[in-house]
Amino acid sequence: MNDEPLWASESFWKKVAIWVTAGSFLILVVLTMDSLSQTSAGGKRVQAYSVINKKIDYQYQEKLHKSIPVVGGDELLFGQQFSEEEARQLVDLGKKTSQAKNCMNCHTLLGNGAYYAPDLTKAWLDKGWIGTDVREDLMMKFLMDPENNARTYGSNRKMPNLGITEQEAKGLIAFLKWMSSIDTNGFPYNFKTIYAEE
Amino acid sequence: MSAIGLVEKTTAYFKDFKTWVALDSTNLSDGQQLAVKYFTVAVILFVAQILFGLLAATQFIWPGFLFEILDFNVNRMVHINAMIVWMLYGFIGCVYWLLEDESQTEIVGLKLGNIAFWVLTAAVTVVVLVYLLVQIGPGKDSSLWFINEGREYIEAPRWADIGIVVVMLIFFYNVVATFTKGKWSGIAGVLTLDLVALAGLYVAGMFYMTNITHEQYWWWWVIHLWVEATWEVLVGVIMAWSLMKLLGVRRKIVQTWLYIEVALMFGSGILGLGHHYFWIGTPEYWLTIGGFFSALEPIPLVAMVVHAVYDSGSHAFKNGNHPALAWVIAHAFGNFFGAGVWGFMHTLPQINMYTHGTQWSASHGHLAFFGAYATINIAFFYLAIQHWRGGVWMGEGTANAWRWKWAIGLLNVGVLGMTIAMLIAGYEQSFIERAVEGSTWGGYFTAQNHPSFQSAMVWRLLFGVVTAAGLGLLIWDLLTIGKGETRKAKVITQQ
Repeated sequence: MNDEPLWASESFWKKVAIWVTAGSFLILVVLTMDSLSQTSAGGKRVQAYSVINKKIDYQYQEKLHKSIPVVGGDELLFGQQFSEEEARQLVDLGKKTSQAKNCMNCHTLLGNGAYYAPDLTKAWLDKGWIGTDVREDLMMKFLMDPENNARTYGSNRKMPNLGITEQEAKGLIAFLKWMSSIDTNGFPYNFKTIYAEE
Repeated sequence: MSAIGLVEKTTAYFKDFKTWVALDSTNLSDGQQLAVKYFTVAVILFVAQILFGLLAATQFIWPGFLFEILDFNVNRMVHINAMIVWMLYGFIGCVYWLLEDESQTEIVGLKLGNIAFWVLTAAVTVVVLVYLLVQIGPGKDSSLWFINEGREYIEAPRWADIGIVVVMLIFFYNVVATFTKGKWSGIAGVLTLDLVALAGLYVAGMFYMTNITHEQYWWWWVIHLWVEATWEVLVGVIMAWSLMKLLGVRRKIVQTWLYIEVALMFGSGILGLGHHYFWIGTPEYWLTIGGFFSALEPIPLVAMVVHAVYDSGSHAFKNGNHPALAWVIAHAFGNFFGAGVWGFMHTLPQINMYTHGTQWSASHGHLAFFGAYATINIAFFYLAIQHWRGGVWMGEGTANAWRWKWAIGLLNVGVLGMTIAMLIAGYEQSFIERAVEGSTWGGYFTAQNHPSFQSAMVWRLLFGVVTAAGLGLLIWDLLTIGKGETRKAKVITQQ
């Protein structure tokens, strides 16, 4: 059928399908290479793991109409100065623990996961830890014995005891502190940190 | 009772069941016999999905329910994993079902395909038992290798990942080798390329990374590019073949449509991946790219609605399998509303800033997975059972037709009810937790404790029970429909 219009032609649409798919995939590959290089730990968007030695805040910028992470001076974790490698190992332990304990099927991390418990993206900065002087201690107690240190906010929803060891709890806290310094394009919006209260 | 007695009793029950079902496997080709094995496991996992969904939904209302026995994270993990796996089983079954017909030859590696089925099923059983009995492990690599990887949707431990890839490779070999031995077609070509992408993408999710931004980047490659691209195309293939069989639509029409759908689906879906890269640390350009392309994602779904409804109308809905056609129509609309409309409603970054990580996502997830994938699988189950009964008439005047009608009604009302309940909860969360309270833990719980959220969770559970009732009825109907029917369905040929 030579008089068949182009829009009804099977072979035309076959070519379109192939070119569109190949083109889109190629663009995705290029963008992926760029995104991965922009987000390696130690860059502007994702901080080096040793950022756990510093004070991290999340401040609203009037000009940008969003909050951005702000890294300040020294604020040691567990009273210890970590080298980059030590910090990486501690964050790695925390990240691995968060997966092995299946945190993501109750909580969200960077907004992804389940919706039964609060988002952990900026958990390190949450006002719920009352003050920066008691924060580490409260987090340790909560992680290792959540039932007796329950933070239910009147919801009756409790975190189960997950058998988290002291070292794992330290790792988790380091992981949460490091994660709170990631530039998430302003998510979550309008978040008031623990420092805003002080 | 002794162990031997128990085995004897079980065997007796199984025999009674076989007599009651009265299905004659000689009606099936070898490939179809393999397909129905996959369908059987798919239905069992579907039941598991609903069961564990109900447990998790109950915990939203009574948090003490099964506390530290089967915690929410375990129930939720089994709920979503059972879903992913039953749908995959369904798809693999569909492909084995249509493979011999489409290639016009026998499956090349049938024995291998059967071995792969049993290996996969054994692996799934072990994974689920470990989920339920071991649940979690210490923060070591061994936990990720043998218990669970703790990554939503692809929690399966690493050993199982490797097994899944091997099974997928066997499946892929069977498809390609069979088409090569027999006859290639447009449908065959799209299917083969899609399976390459499906298997290849899974590998992107098999690595542990400390950097959570990188980890979630690749994790979305698997989840999004599976669910919003390769699965949609796979469904397009199954739908194309089903429309030829159900209505006798001409091959040239379905194949041309299939190419258009592939172009639209991959053209919008591949870069639409960007809507998952708004807030995970990735560069700002994703806000523009993700927003734009994901806003286009509903277009192919509109095309599929037009396709299905037009073809059904132009054939005056005349066919010998009413339940299958009804589920195909449910699929076309469910895919459009669940994946298309519900996705579009919160995909633009300006609104997603407030809805990301709330019950909005759950609302969208429920309607989309049901509308896009559960429906088409169920349609295919009806096609398969008709054939298994010897190609009997399942159109006008089928005995006990109320069962399939009530099943489709209850399932659709149930899922839609849950979707609306979670949408209300999501709205409330977006306003109170996000916009007003600024997303703190305090804000989160203020929203969770709000009466409109709490009542939404009650409604969700009630509609979950309706869904479960629909599923029970569906299974009863699938086992009995066409039993004792003597009229044969007209063999539909292409016009």
